[in-house]
Amino acid sequence: MSTLSLAARDSSTMIRRQLKRLVRYPSMTIQLIVTPVILLLLFVYVFGGTLGDGIGGGRHAYVNYVVPGILLMAAATAATGTAVMVATDMTEGIIARFRTMRISRASVLTGHVVGSIVQQLLGAAVLVGIALAIGFRPNASVVEWLAATGLFALFALAITWLAVALGLKSPNPESASNAPMPLIILPFLGSGFVPTDSMPTVLRWFAEYQPFTPIMETLRGLLLGSEIGDSGPIAVAWCAGIAALSYLWAKRIFNRA
Amino acid sequence: MSDLAISATGLRKSYPAAKGDGTGDKIVLDGVDLAVPDGTIFSLLGPNGAGKTTTVQILSTLLKPDAGDVRVAGFDLARQADDVRGAIGVTGQYSAVDKLLTGEENLLLMADLKHLPRRDGRRRAAELLERFDLVDAARKPASTYSGGMQRRLDLAMTLVGDPRVIFLDEPTTGLDPRSRRAMWGIVRELVAAGVTIFLTTQYLEEADQLAGRVALLDHGRLIAEGTPEELKRLIPGGHIELTFASAHLLDAARDAVGAGVPDPEALTLQVPSDGSVRAVRELLARLDERSVDVAEMSVHTPDLDDVFLTLTGRPAAVPAPAPADQKQETSR
Repeated sequence: MSTLSLAARDSSTMIRRQLKRLVRYPSMTIQLIVTPVILLLLFVYVFGGTLGDGIGGGRHAYVNYVVPGILLMAAATAATGTAVMVATDMTEGIIARFRTMRISRASVLTGHVVGSIVQQLLGAAVLVGIALAIGFRPNASVVEWLAATGLFALFALAITWLAVALGLKSPNPESASNAPMPLIILPFLGSGFVPTDSMPTVLRWFAEYQPFTPIMETLRGLLLGSEIGDSGPIAVAWCAGIAALSYLWAKRIFNRA
Repeated sequence: MSDLAISATGLRKSYPAAKGDGTGDKIVLDGVDLAVPDGTIFSLLGPNGAGKTTTVQILSTLLKPDAGDVRVAGFDLARQADDVRGAIGVTGQYSAVDKLLTGEENLLLMADLKHLPRRDGRRRAAELLERFDLVDAARKPASTYSGGMQRRLDLAMTLVGDPRVIFLDEPTTGLDPRSRRAMWGIVRELVAAGVTIFLTTQYLEEADQLAGRVALLDHGRLIAEGTPEELKRLIPGGHIELTFASAHLLDAARDAVGAGVPDPEALTLQVPSDGSVRAVRELLARLDERSVDVAEMSVHTPDLDDVFLTLTGRPAAVPAPAPADQKQETSR
C-alpha cells in the first residue's frame, strides 16, 4: 500500500474511533447543541424586539438577521469542546501508544477534526430547524443552501484545526477550554448581532475587517438574498488560509511533542 | 541478520535545567550500553528516577537520544524509525487503553491500525480476549475495568500485531500479588513463543523471577549486568539473623559466636553464613552450649536486593535522592 492510502486508511480508523467516542460520551455533544439554541432564543425573544426595531422590521426581521451569527458562534463553541477533547486525549497513554505504532501521524488529529465537524453540522441542523420554527424565513434556492452549507463546513474545518492546535499547545484540559474563548466573542465584534455601521469608528474598522464578518455576510446573502459584494471570495480565502496554517501548526506541535 | 534484538551503545539523554535553576542540564542517561539477544527476557532494574522509562521511551521511538547508536529488531533507530515501530509493541507504565471504548473495540482499533484484514482482526481480538480472561467484559467500556483488567487489556492490545520485540515498562507496578503472578505467566509464555522482552521494574523479585539477564541502572548509568546468579555472586554470601530478648543475651551471643554485626537497638545479630542446614545447626549448638536463648531466627540467602545495596550503598526500595529525576519519568 502506498503512503497515501495508508494515511487514508489510518485516518478513517481514527475517525471511527472518534465517532464512537462521541456516541459514548454524548453529554458534550448535547451541551454543544443546546447552548447555541438557548442563545438564539435569548437574542430573539429578549433582545430581538429592541434590536429588530434598530435594524427596521422588529423581532421578525431580527430572527433572520441573527441566525448566521449564532451559527458561527455555535461552531466556535464546538471548537472549544474539540480543544478540550484533544488536550485530554494527549494526557492519555493511548496517544503514546499511537506514537510507537507504524501509522500515519496526523491521523489521530484528523479523527478529532472530522468528529468535530460532524458534531458542528449536526448542531447547525438543529439550530436552523429551531430558527425556522420561530420565524426564520430564508429565501435560498437549493444551490444557495448547498453553497451556504459548504461555506459553513469550510469554516468549521478552519476553526476546528485551529482548536486542535490550541488544544495541543495547552498544558492541560483546563487551559485548553480558555484558549478558544476569543473565537466565541468574535461574532459580537462583527456583523453578527448588529450592523457594523452602528459601531464607533475604531470598533467598526475592526468589525469590518475581521474574518467572521465576511463569512456572516456571505451566509446572510446566500440564505436571505442580501448584498454579498466581495464578501464571498474574502470569506473563502480566510477559511482556507486559517485551515491550512492551523493544520500545519497542529501537525508540527504533534510531531514535536 | 543480527542475533541481537536490541543493541545500544553510548546512549545519552539530558534535559535542559529548569530556568533560574543554575544547576546545568539534568543528565538522565549517561552512556548506557545494552545488548539483548533474540528471544530472551532482559530486565532493567533500578529505583524511581534511575532513567528506566527514558530508556524505554528512546528504544520505542518516543524520544530522540542526544547521542548513541541504537538498533531494534535489526533496524537503525535514527534512520528507520517506522520499521522499528512496525516490529515492536509497547506497554507503558500508564494505561494506554481508550477508556471510552470497550475492550473489544480497543483490540479491533489496534487490528485496524496494524492493517490486518477485517476477518483476521476479529479472530485475533477474540483470541486475545479469551487468553487474557476478558471475554465477559469484552463489551463493557474500559473505564469500568479494574486496574488488573486494564493492564491485561493493555498488554493484549500490544500483542495484536504479533510484535517481535515487546517493551514492558513496570508492567506490574500497582497490581495485587495474584495479578502480578498472572502477568509473569503471560510474559513467560511470550518468550517461550520466541518474542524478545525488554522489561523494566523496581521489583528485584520480578527481575529475579523472569529475566535471563538483568542490568542495574542507577543515576543514568549501568552499574552491573549479568544473569541473576552472576549478580548474586558479586556480593558476599548471605547471613543468619538472630534476635534476642535482652542486650545482655545479645552480648553473650556475640562472644559465643565470635563474629557478626550486632544491632543493640533491634537486639539482633547478623552472622555471615551460607545459610545451609549444617551451618545453622552448628551456630545454634554453639549458643546452646553457653545457654544463650534465641528469641527469633531468620536465614537470609542473598538476593538482588543485596546486590543493589552492595553496589550503590543504598537499599533499592529507597528512591534515588533526586526528586527532579522522578519528575522526568512521570512527565510524558
